[in-house]
Amino acid sequence: MNAKAVGFEMNKPVLAVEGLTVSFDGFKAVDNLNLYLDRNEVRVVIGPNGAGKTTVLDLICGKTRATAGSIRFKDQELTRLPEYKIVRAGVGRKFQNPSIYENLSVFENLEMSYPGGRKVLGALLFKRSAAVVQRVEQVAEEIFLAQWLHTEAGLLSHGQKQWLEIGMLLMQDPELLMLDEPVAGMSVNERAQTAELLGRISQNRSVLVIEHDMEFVKSIAHKVTVLHQGKVLAEGSMEAVQSNPKVIEVYLGH
Amino acid sequence: MMTVLDKYLGGRQGTLGLLVLALLVLVVFPLVLDAFRLNMVGKYLTYAFVAVGLVLCWGYGGILSLGQGVFFGLGGYCMAMFLKLEASDPLSTKIQTTPGIPDFMDWNQITELPAMWQPFHSFGFTVAAVVGVPVVLAWVIGLALFKRRVGDVYFSIVTQAIALILTVLIVGQQGLTGGVNGITDLKTLLGWDIRTDQAKYLLYFANAGLLLGCIVLGKFILASKLGRLLLAMRDKEERVRFSGYDVSSFKVFVFCLAAAFSAIGGAMFTLQVGFMSPSFVGIVPSIEMVIFAAVGGRLSLLGAVYGTLLVNFGKTYFSESFPELWLYLMGGLFIVVVMYLPNGLAGVWAKHGPRLWAWRRARAAKAAALEVQP
Amino acid sequence: MAWLTEFGAIAAMQAFNGLSVFCVLLLMALGLAIIFGQMGVINMAHGEFLTVGAYTTYVLSGLTLHYAPSLQPYYFFLAIVVAFVIAGALGWLVEWAMISRLYHRPLDTLLATWGLSLVMQQALRSIFGAREVSAELPEWLMGSFSLTDAIDIPRNGLFTVAVTLLLTGGLFLLLFRSRWGLHVRATMQNRVMSRAVGIDTRRVDRMTFALGCGVAGVAGAVFTTIGSTGPTAGSLYIVDTFLTVVFGGAASLLGTIASAFAIAQTQSISEFFMSGSMAKVLTLSAVILILLLRPQGLFASKVRK
Repeated sequence: MNAKAVGFEMNKPVLAVEGLTVSFDGFKAVDNLNLYLDRNEVRVVIGPNGAGKTTVLDLICGKTRATAGSIRFKDQELTRLPEYKIVRAGVGRKFQNPSIYENLSVFENLEMSYPGGRKVLGALLFKRSAAVVQRVEQVAEEIFLAQWLHTEAGLLSHGQKQWLEIGMLLMQDPELLMLDEPVAGMSVNERAQTAELLGRISQNRSVLVIEHDMEFVKSIAHKVTVLHQGKVLAEGSMEAVQSNPKVIEVYLGH
Repeated sequence: MMTVLDKYLGGRQGTLGLLVLALLVLVVFPLVLDAFRLNMVGKYLTYAFVAVGLVLCWGYGGILSLGQGVFFGLGGYCMAMFLKLEASDPLSTKIQTTPGIPDFMDWNQITELPAMWQPFHSFGFTVAAVVGVPVVLAWVIGLALFKRRVGDVYFSIVTQAIALILTVLIVGQQGLTGGVNGITDLKTLLGWDIRTDQAKYLLYFANAGLLLGCIVLGKFILASKLGRLLLAMRDKEERVRFSGYDVSSFKVFVFCLAAAFSAIGGAMFTLQVGFMSPSFVGIVPSIEMVIFAAVGGRLSLLGAVYGTLLVNFGKTYFSESFPELWLYLMGGLFIVVVMYLPNGLAGVWAKHGPRLWAWRRARAAKAAALEVQP
Repeated sequence: MAWLTEFGAIAAMQAFNGLSVFCVLLLMALGLAIIFGQMGVINMAHGEFLTVGAYTTYVLSGLTLHYAPSLQPYYFFLAIVVAFVIAGALGWLVEWAMISRLYHRPLDTLLATWGLSLVMQQALRSIFGAREVSAELPEWLMGSFSLTDAIDIPRNGLFTVAVTLLLTGGLFLLLFRSRWGLHVRATMQNRVMSRAVGIDTRRVDRMTFALGCGVAGVAGAVFTTIGSTGPTAGSLYIVDTFLTVVFGGAASLLGTIASAFAIAQTQSISEFFMSGSMAKVLTLSAVILILLLRPQGLFASKVRK
């Protein structure tokens, strides 16, 4: 992966969203949106409720289909790909509510996300090899769950579930990681740990985060995009955005 | 060896369960029952193929097919067509207007064997078609519906409609299919008379062996990662999809597998019972087969066999002695099992079995202690 | 010119025939459109509620004939009301005893209600016997109007069309113009929120289910004017009915009407060219094929999730 991150590709955005539009029965949830994400960048998307933040993630990962526009990821058009191919292309998505397999252990949860045995025959013949175990343990270490490996996932705290889902994405080693409100329901301590975790895992990949907690946003964001009514209202550093009169109007206005 | 057992047969208990079932169908039934009753049990066991398939696709995959009779019937009809052609040689049909074609075609003024029937002269083709035709149909239905993410309920309704369509079609195309009566008067398989007691014994064992084979295959699948994926899909389909799996392909696979199992059951039915008719294809038999699996426990491959046997013993007994009561009982069974015993007999066994075990063990220990004391 | 008028007459009668099939299908589907379309409950015993309505009419016709023959011309209106009440009350009971316990398990509801349908069929068979029975129709429902020499419009067919129109219109008003309809629609869209704003959702569920069953009962009553009634009369149509609702796009009442129309026309037109059973195979296959291509049905809106 590092080999790819040199040379001319360095300057090219990893993700280029252009003219993206989706309408539900005439209502435009996302309207002619442009968004560019650089390699190794941590971008946070903020905006009031209903601004279309989650819809943007849904569109990128293929959960919702765009009405118009393009999403290019490493020179690959995503708008027509089925979800699993988008994932295999290197896009990982965490949902707002932790989506994990409650009845399986932490180990099994991570193992399920291991990029091997993904096809019918492969899954039939899949073996828990040393490489798999090693990878699972390594990721578990990273997401602070090393000592919970054999706990049933349903018994974890809300914050730990969030981490587990992030861990499941890390198993796939995605080049673009999308997180929808990763610190919701976390304690102050857990938030700090998560910020640290995001800092670490964004070393060799791009991260797109939706978050409401401004303190947290400040601590992780390289750049912030403000969405409003499906359009980009402002984009730039946290300070620039916070002092933008249009943004203030939207957040405090009416 | 032990690890193999552990992994693929569900540990010591799973292996024990399989052995007990094998003992029952391969040793106890043939010893205890006369040829007529054994043949009847053999018939029930052909339904168990369907129930085992339903455990995989409904219990684990969350796909409730109400059209399994379609696959059972297609498998059965393919076999019946071969046997019928063998029984319709020119010599034994010489009194017909057109000798050499099945009798029902002659009755329907058909004078030439239809193209659809031609390949069924070959036994090799027939064996391939028994499994192939239903699997291809399941594959098409599955692909169309699962790729487009049709909800579980829609899927059930569509499969039920397909069962209806096929029944109406078979009944309506008398000249091609034998109509309501089905394909009857089957006599020999490659020259071997299947109507003798000896043949029925042999077919019974072949059938039981195939069924046990399907169960072992099912256990292998459930023990693999694919088994875990099925459960994961049933509970959190979205997450599985966004972990890079093509969810529909797994669903199609398990649906096709269930169809293949049903088809084998259907072919064995034709061989053992000697005919095939649309009454095993339609809506009612299809949904009845679901209750076999539900009674046994929708998550238990072995339970499916016991459920099938139990419901069918009940059906035979009651419809002989109290035909009025049977529909009440059958209806009640659907309601009670679904509402109060969602995991069927296997669930009851899992809950109370160990306690029974422990109680017996404790009693044995107590008896041993009493013996030691004096 | 004679052949032209003859052709016209055949076409007109064929069109009316299609219209009757449409009304029959729609009548059956209406109740289900409420129960399955609005509530998402699969009631496999829906056909039996229809049968209950038909038997109610049969019993009432016998009673009037025996005790008040002078009222015989009018009993049918009473029969419709009573069929509605009895089927509705039965539905209320079923919702309370079964459906309400299975709301989160749609596939299990399907199986349990299938069991219920077996029980109901056998109960009807025990009470009324396995043979088909017919209600004694009042005079004004028999015979036909002769528009021209060649065109005969049967009265019972006309009556079916009228009842279908009234019932559909009534349901539309109830669901989309009344406060109760608003509660129903709100509950179906967002149960938690509806409860939060003070709607008794359990009560709404029960009444909606009862209403759907009651409508099935009315359909059953109307059916006695065009055919005889047996214990399994309703169950024969359950799959067609479900397909009608699914084909229309389950949540849309308008879709149900459109799909009933499309299916009925296909069926009656193809019956002109082939045997009844092949026409049915063709129609159902066409519906299935279209559903394979467009699983959300004819009318379905794109919703943001």
